[in-house]
Amino acid sequence: MGTIQRLGQWAIGTSERLGRGYLFLMAILAGIPGSLFRFSLVIQQIYSVGVLSVLLILISGLFVGMVLGLQGYNTLVDFGAEESLGVMVSLSLVRELGPVVSALLFAGRAGSALTAEIGLMKSTEQLSGMEMMAVDPIRRVITPRFLAGFISLPFLAAIFSAVGILGGYLVGYGLLGVDDGAFWTQMQTKTDWYDDILNGVIKSIVFGFVVTWIALFEGHDAIPTSEGVGRATTRTVVHSAFAILGLDFVLTALMFGDV
Amino acid sequence: MPLIEIRDLHFYRGDRAIFKGVDLDIYRGKVTAIMGPSGTGKTTLLKLIGGQLVPDQGTIMVDGQDVHRLPHAQLYELRKRMGMLFQSGALLTDISVFDNVAFPLREHTNLPESMIQDLVSMKLQAVGLRNAKELMPAELSGGMARRVALARAVALDPMMIMYDEPFTGQDPISMGTLVNLIKRINQSMGLTSIVVSHDLEETMAIADEIYLLSGGKVIERGTPDTLQDSSSEWVKQFVEGLPDGPVPFHFPGMSFEDDLLNRKAVK
Ligand SMILES: Nc1ncnc2c1ncn2[C@@H]1O[C@H](COP(=O)(O)OP(=O)(O)OP(=O)(O)O)[C@@H](O)[C@H]1O
Ligand SMILES: [Mg+2]
Repeated sequence: MGTIQRLGQWAIGTSERLGRGYLFLMAILAGIPGSLFRFSLVIQQIYSVGVLSVLLILISGLFVGMVLGLQGYNTLVDFGAEESLGVMVSLSLVRELGPVVSALLFAGRAGSALTAEIGLMKSTEQLSGMEMMAVDPIRRVITPRFLAGFISLPFLAAIFSAVGILGGYLVGYGLLGVDDGAFWTQMQTKTDWYDDILNGVIKSIVFGFVVTWIALFEGHDAIPTSEGVGRATTRTVVHSAFAILGLDFVLTALMFGDV
Repeated sequence: MPLIEIRDLHFYRGDRAIFKGVDLDIYRGKVTAIMGPSGTGKTTLLKLIGGQLVPDQGTIMVDGQDVHRLPHAQLYELRKRMGMLFQSGALLTDISVFDNVAFPLREHTNLPESMIQDLVSMKLQAVGLRNAKELMPAELSGGMARRVALARAVALDPMMIMYDEPFTGQDPISMGTLVNLIKRINQSMGLTSIVVSHDLEETMAIADEIYLLSGGKVIERGTPDTLQDSSSEWVKQFVEGLPDGPVPFHFPGMSFEDDLLNRKAVK
């Protein structure tokens, strides 16, 4: 097969998948009102998608914050500005690292699990079986998971940032002897509700939406074999990572580009 | 009027024709068996009837409704009245046997929990698995899983049930029980049953009418008696299980000899 032919085939295949992904998303969104009426299904999923990721987020957030504390101090102390450590740590976390790193961790922990779960349900005919029991699998299985992912990630990102700031504080105050009053007051005055916190939350909402969508679509679209599900799981992690980092750039440019 | 009317059904998987012009009637209150060699498309036919696959040509009417023209909501309404027993069982693996059987009841009715308990116990009792209700699907054998799936398929008291190979993997005792059960469900509830099976003896014992499918067409239809006496080579081969005859045992394609020769040529 010629290169051009292969390129064309790849282009057709990719746009077809994008089209299917879009239709899938529309079906999910159409199911949301129904899911709000049966919110217990969503709660169950928030537990398995969100709550079970908390430990991972806590530990990662703490370490990222501690590293930020160390690195930030080393740079700031040269300018005699080590009291600004709190601002530096909190802005880095709230604006960037909180949403981005927690989304990457979320894709690896919860996204891959969602893909594998849905893919296996498909390959063992459980989704088909539901359809024949007149239960729409999109509404019963997919939409609650989508809502759960979408709701969980902003909270996970907030936990990540909070623990990260604590980590930065522990290193800054405990280890490096930064004045703790300055650490907190500078952080409070320089971190803006709207510009920093709200924008960070918006980012993590967008990431939650995209990662959960990718994970569920890959599972639902997987070739129903063990190999197919395995490959879909890998794709979820890879595509999510690309989507998160790419979107982060776009969102950052839109939010902070003109500051 | 038959409950299910299939007219001029054509269905393709890629370029391969699975059905090329199938006409089939399934009458109310009867047990209709669909038999045919492995890979002829019996499971595919059930999925077409259930509206999970869409024919390339032809129509399938169920209870006067054209399955493939129904809007989503009405198709789901219709499916509430169709039970289907999947070849694999298709039990939900993250909930127990009890919850599996209760699943359609909880999804589609507002019955109080105590009544659901009773109904599920009844259905499980009928398939001999009432005491297995706490087990998870992974803890069941293949045959047991299929019996649970049967209990689940009848949970909503549908107007019809499609059984995909209900007898495979059953020991002689549960086989006998199942044959009786299918017959009994059919009679007592006035249900219409479609049984896909390879087990000739059992199928002959319960079917009112049998369709034999092969090569994408209906080869023969008749009552068990007329089929037994049929003079068709095809039916004889199938009924007697002979390896040679009009039905090929092999998936269509290159002959084994050509395959071997080709391989040599490549070397
Ligand atoms: N998802 C699929 N994609 C492509 N081809 C398929 C698919 N499912 C089934 N087929 C093909 O369709 C044909 C009919 O399959 P089907 O499962 O309906 O056979 P069957 O009559 O139920 O066989 P068995 O008695 O072994 O269960 C087979 O030849 C199979 O190769
Ligand atoms: Mg089959």
